[in-house]
Amino acid sequence: MQDTDPTPKIRLSRSGDPVVQLVLAGAWTLDRDFPSDEAVRKLLTKPSPPQTLEFQAQAVSAWDSGLLTYLLGIIKLAHSNGVETDLSGLPGGVQRLIALSLAVPEHHTPHAEPVRIGVTERAGRAWIAAARGATGFLEFLGQTALAFSTFLRGKARYRPADFLLLLQEVGAQALPIVSLVSLLVGLILAFIGAVQLRQFGAEIYVADLVGIAMARQMGALMTAIILAGRTGAAYAAQLGTMQANEEIDALRTLGISPIEFLVVPRVFALVLMMPLLSAYAVLMGILGGALVCVTSFDISFMEYYNETIITIRMADFAAGMVYTVVFAVIVALSGCLRGIQSGRNASAVGVATTSAVVTAIVWIVVADAILTVLFDAIGF
Amino acid sequence: MRGPTKAPPHIVVSGLTMAYGDFVIQRDLEFTIRRGDIFVIMGGSGCGKSTLMRAMIGLLPPAKGKVTIDGVSFWDASADERDRMMHRCGVTYQGAALWSSMTLAENVSLPLEQYTELPTGMIRDLVELKLSLVGLAGFGEYYPSEISGGMRKRAGLARAIALDPDILFFDEPSAGLDPISSRRLDDLIAELRDSLGATVVLVTHELPTIFGIGNNSVFLDADTRTQLATGNPNTLVAESPDPRVRAFLTRGESDAPSPQLPAGGNS
Repeated sequence: MQDTDPTPKIRLSRSGDPVVQLVLAGAWTLDRDFPSDEAVRKLLTKPSPPQTLEFQAQAVSAWDSGLLTYLLGIIKLAHSNGVETDLSGLPGGVQRLIALSLAVPEHHTPHAEPVRIGVTERAGRAWIAAARGATGFLEFLGQTALAFSTFLRGKARYRPADFLLLLQEVGAQALPIVSLVSLLVGLILAFIGAVQLRQFGAEIYVADLVGIAMARQMGALMTAIILAGRTGAAYAAQLGTMQANEEIDALRTLGISPIEFLVVPRVFALVLMMPLLSAYAVLMGILGGALVCVTSFDISFMEYYNETIITIRMADFAAGMVYTVVFAVIVALSGCLRGIQSGRNASAVGVATTSAVVTAIVWIVVADAILTVLFDAIGF
Repeated sequence: MRGPTKAPPHIVVSGLTMAYGDFVIQRDLEFTIRRGDIFVIMGGSGCGKSTLMRAMIGLLPPAKGKVTIDGVSFWDASADERDRMMHRCGVTYQGAALWSSMTLAENVSLPLEQYTELPTGMIRDLVELKLSLVGLAGFGEYYPSEISGGMRKRAGLARAIALDPDILFFDEPSAGLDPISSRRLDDLIAELRDSLGATVVLVTHELPTIFGIGNNSVFLDADTRTQLATGNPNTLVAESPDPRVRAFLTRGESDAPSPQLPAGGNS
């Protein structure tokens, strides 16, 4: 009695009887549309439902999980309305899978009750979380400071080979991107300045503008932002992965402080290399400015060079170096802090990396503002 | 071989309660490990076995209670003393936790470089020895990502025995290994215990390992959040008064009623 039509079909026997038959036919596979179970649902939810619902599936030619979910929906509805189900007419495999699925009662205690909390409580929680974060940061800062003094006394446990590798990664390998970005920043500054200054016939002062801006401020700022994205993110990802992999635990159980072994060399590498990169960025920025003036504004390269040499004071460079060192510490610490605090799974490492870059950039800008106001006040 | 049951207490855990914040993982744990034991921390998934190990190796301060090693309370000791005690322990982690930026040889030599004054040549020889003990002779220049999971486990073991520890901790040594590799690792653990004279603490739920090499154990329960039994697993399987322990040790096939499935609802 194989039905040749593969379309899934259901048919209900007369609904007045105490035993109602549900006859299924066709190929019940997920790639076909199943008929609506509206009629069955109506039957089961009526005030006086039948005693037993009997399933007949002799004419089912094929089935997969689609049939199972369809039937389970009906069976659960039947049970909750006190209707017995007779599955003996179903294929053996379907019967066993349905029994397996119903063997363990559904887990009803909610996974985590989304508790409604008021604004006051939320504010309180936020404060507590912020205070905890601040304590965590201070603890990390203190540990790093202690480990740094151990490092300077030559007693820190770290591998010199790792440190050299870090210097290379942080410094030399960042040269191309720093060159490109600072050259373009110099170029942009020169264009903006030149267009304005031309109105007064004072294009030559573009050299002053670019030189001072790069040396005091932009060289340090651009390098810091590049390294926040490049090195700070790398630090957070490295330490976060090590945390997820239990590698940091392995260091701790050996009695090796992860701060000494991992954080201090990273901070030190960045503090050493960033001023060098920043000085190089200043040079590239000035070259960018020269490029614009020579090609578009009828100023010779020597004129530009002389004007720059006369204008930039040593103090401008010194100020730029102060900015750079502060930025370097910020980038390195936020990268390492977020890495060490990272959770133990892949998405937590992603969060740590993002957070490292964001923290670094926010604090770079804040520190920049504070230092600028400070330098202005003391006339540096 | 000496009879481990007659040895004096080596590690004593008393009234130990572990918690993350307000959430209690396990409370009131009481057991004794004798020198030379292969001590198994067993129990179902998620009952806090690894957390107990973290408390014993100094990674997680307990909320209450003591871990005493040879009469010195670990968490009451000074930081220096704690460091010294930790050097006597070798730990292998669930995922091996090899330092992924270093070769196997560098992984094994790091503890030696940091904590001994040995000359470089001697360290190199020692590293070769430890790697050959775990069957990885000649793999020194490989990075952890270049070898198989089983080899990584063994490399983690080589690193754990680098400093000739008194106590070896293993977190799920055979997790993710095929039956033969896992059997070999068990044999290796027993062999190292005998030859190094170390005490072994194992976190596992693998019955072959528990019965094959364990001679003392504690059973942690996830529902009651405390220990249900302690003693030799080979005796517990027949004689434990608690049906849940017998059920666990016989994969639920004993005469005892099988443990209640941890389902909250009753629909």
